[in-house]
Amino acid sequence: MTANLINILLGGVFHAAILFLVAAGLQVVFGVQRIFNLACGSFYALGAYVGASAVNAFTGAGGPPALFIVPLALAGLLVGVVGVVVERGLLAFVYDRDETFQLLLTFALVLMLEDIVRLTWGTAPYSTSALYLAYGQVNLLGATVPVYNLIVIGASLAIALGIGWLLTRTVFGRIIRAAADNREMAEALGVDMRRVYAKVFTLGTALGTLGGALVIPATAAMSEMGIELIVEAFAVVVIGGLGSMRGAFVGALVVGVFRAVAIAVYPELEMLMIYLVVIAVLVLRPRGLFGRVAV
Amino acid sequence: MRRGPVALGLAAVTILALPLVAPVYHVLLMLPFMAYAVILLGLNLLFGYTGLVSFGHALFMGIGAYTGAVLTTHLGVRSLELILLASAVLGALVAAPVGALCVRYVKIYFGMLTLAFGMLFYTFLLKFYRLTGGDEGIRVLRPSLLGFDLAAVSKTDYLAGAYYYYSVAVLVLAALLMWRIVHSPFGLCLRTVRDNPAKAEALGISIVRSRWYAFVISAVYAAVGGALLGPPIGNVDPTLAYWTHSGNIVFMTLLGGFASFFGPVLGAFVFIFLQDTVMSVVPYWRLIFGAILAFLVIFAPGGLMGLFAGRRPGEVSRA
Repeated sequence: MTANLINILLGGVFHAAILFLVAAGLQVVFGVQRIFNLACGSFYALGAYVGASAVNAFTGAGGPPALFIVPLALAGLLVGVVGVVVERGLLAFVYDRDETFQLLLTFALVLMLEDIVRLTWGTAPYSTSALYLAYGQVNLLGATVPVYNLIVIGASLAIALGIGWLLTRTVFGRIIRAAADNREMAEALGVDMRRVYAKVFTLGTALGTLGGALVIPATAAMSEMGIELIVEAFAVVVIGGLGSMRGAFVGALVVGVFRAVAIAVYPELEMLMIYLVVIAVLVLRPRGLFGRVAV
Repeated sequence: MRRGPVALGLAAVTILALPLVAPVYHVLLMLPFMAYAVILLGLNLLFGYTGLVSFGHALFMGIGAYTGAVLTTHLGVRSLELILLASAVLGALVAAPVGALCVRYVKIYFGMLTLAFGMLFYTFLLKFYRLTGGDEGIRVLRPSLLGFDLAAVSKTDYLAGAYYYYSVAVLVLAALLMWRIVHSPFGLCLRTVRDNPAKAEALGISIVRSRWYAFVISAVYAAVGGALLGPPIGNVDPTLAYWTHSGNIVFMTLLGGFASFFGPVLGAFVFIFLQDTVMSVVPYWRLIFGAILAFLVIFAPGGLMGLFAGRRPGEVSRA
């Protein structure tokens, strides 16, 4: 019984760890640029494919399986540079437009990236050779848990702390918060908003691609994984509150664990419950648990 | 604007004569176009005239399509008139409470709330297997038209003949009705609410109620259009209600031009036929359409109608 419960909960927390990374990317972009980036799910898918390719190339070149996480994480982070391209090449044109157009532009990205993934990696599910259990499994209170899951949970926690440190303890973080609060004032004080936007969007993208890369040993990459994950990440940020990092953290835990429990107890309910929670939050408390901006 | 009526007349003649001259394949492609045209006429009441962008309208298309499927397959109702009526009523019944909650918000929050409702319905369709057939969906049996049971006619003759003209009639009626709505005092109210909510309020217009009416009307249009989508495919499945489908119809509206009455109809036409052309060459229509959408958003937010009319983007984009 306890073993079962631990399994369900840890499965949920593992999913939450991944969700947090994508949702954090969504939040930092929304917080500063006021753009709800539908494409962050597509960045997640892109990270997954590139990560899988990097790991396969690594093991194919004779790299030791125990070190696979290094090329995986590196590839996940590096592919985040597409963020600069997207920001400078597309988003930079629409900052003064109605947010509807910004939303539609990110939807255009969703469409394009889905097919770019299909063009590059084909339509069949793509995965790494069995590396998921390369680090073995441990016994936690009777439950058998892959060590890799614990590594990802730990890494996600470390990234959460790192983002917290970045936002509250560094100059760049102070500039981000100032820009989120009052763009004109920040600009008047000499902040080059173009560079801030490029950096922030790249950070958001890299969080999404890293999340995608880290999930890949546990599951196969599929071209629809992006548009599926974005609605979960969307649930996370609504529950947590748009633009809030703490909200992304708590929201990811709520959605991840809730979903795992629902799947185990009553599979029909799965995401149905999540959307009901989302609607309840939007109706009763639109700013979410931690959001600051009232509607 | 003398060009308007001429273009409209030409379009009408072409549409009526098409089954007589065009290859069956293209005639059949007109069926989803007309269904989407009905849906978009409704969506644009919300998007273009009221300024609310819904990312969950697939919910109402799904309601219409599934109503047709359940009625023909499970309940033995074959009359398309009854199906359209039931779709409209169900669409309105669902849209009334959903809309009442959604229209309290605008912009991104409205979009998010509609998205959440859409995905709620999608999950329902996917998970409640016994009622909805899960991911396989439900078959749509051939409906009878105006009381004529056309079971003896071959499938192509039915779709490219009677069903085609039936769809034309529904589209024309829907367009006439929508024309009346947007040119009525109520339509004027909606535009005032969009452009200057404070002034609308000062004039005694209830902002929330106007938006709510617009939401319910557009949902009814989406449900009726959704019901028309079913019979040509012969099967409905949950992807109809998926959020990307909601995104696609917003895309169609923008493609044609949301600032004009017939813009969305043109958008549906170009979308359907261009998608078919692209897919006959390469399967990657999303890549090309994504690029088109990005181009539209950045350079031509007025859509095709905006280009024809030669308006500058500044005149159609709302602050």
